[in-house]
Amino acid sequence: MDIAVCLLLFAGLFFFTGGAVGILRFPDFYSRLHPAGKLDTLGLLLSLIGLALFNLHHFSLGTLLTSAKIILIVVFVFLASPTATHAIVDAGVRAGLTPWTKGEKRR
Amino acid sequence: MDKEARENSGPEGTVEGNEDLSSIEDPQDRRLFIYPFVVTFIIMFGVWVVLSGKFDAFHLSLGLISCAIVAYLSSDLLFSSPRIKGFLPQLARFARYIPWLMLQIIKANLHVTYLVFHPRMMELIDPRIIKFRSKLQSDLALVTFANSITLTPGTITVDVSIDGDFKVHAIDKASGDPLPGAMEANIAKAFGEV
Repeated sequence: MDIAVCLLLFAGLFFFTGGAVGILRFPDFYSRLHPAGKLDTLGLLLSLIGLALFNLHHFSLGTLLTSAKIILIVVFVFLASPTATHAIVDAGVRAGLTPWTKGEKRR
Repeated sequence: MDKEARENSGPEGTVEGNEDLSSIEDPQDRRLFIYPFVVTFIIMFGVWVVLSGKFDAFHLSLGLISCAIVAYLSSDLLFSSPRIKGFLPQLARFARYIPWLMLQIIKANLHVTYLVFHPRMMELIDPRIIKFRSKLQSDLALVTFANSITLTPGTITVDVSIDGDFKVHAIDKASGDPLPGAMEANIAKAFGEV
């Protein structure tokens, strides 16, 4: 059980790190949104599942409810994250920002 | 599922139009109106119980009353097209789509993580805007498709028109090429539009 929790948490942290590094390394606004919007989502999914499992250590109704609430957070993030990402991209397009293409200088 | 439905709530006119149609066309279709209500109610009551965490009669009955009122008022917003035959099989098909989507999300996440940590990342990525027209019909299917594209890393939906014209920003060729392809086919299957 503890091993599974640790694995999940570390995998989640790995994806979070990937997201942060991606935001720094990618060349422009649109491509930065790829790691920012989605590696975070999977990182959050893995680490929160890990926390929900850890919370079930002492199995009782109270801890079960807390775990269910943690899972609800995951559900809401999965619904909200793509919508927010889409809204940001849409704002960029409306403002007239052209996407970076291969061969240009990084912005 | 709820979010797509919420976004998809659309103009009131069409929703009422559907109800009218279903009640006139066939008395059996009237029954289909009850399913959205029951499903909305079950979802809401589940969330109520989880969030309140109290199981005495007072709190449960409060939940029952408020969930019934809200479900009655908004079930036609959540599921705006009760005309689809067989509401429950529809839900079951949609539930089968979720695990496939999760698998795609994980695979695509690994791909983007590989790109992020690659030392020569700038040579590997090749951002582009892809345009295509989807064969999907219903609004709900289109919104699900758009959100699924955004959820799988390497692709973000920039724009969807009501006719199914998609503009997608893809981070490299490998991410963009599979579209619309398998994902569209799976969503068509999930919404019974094969």
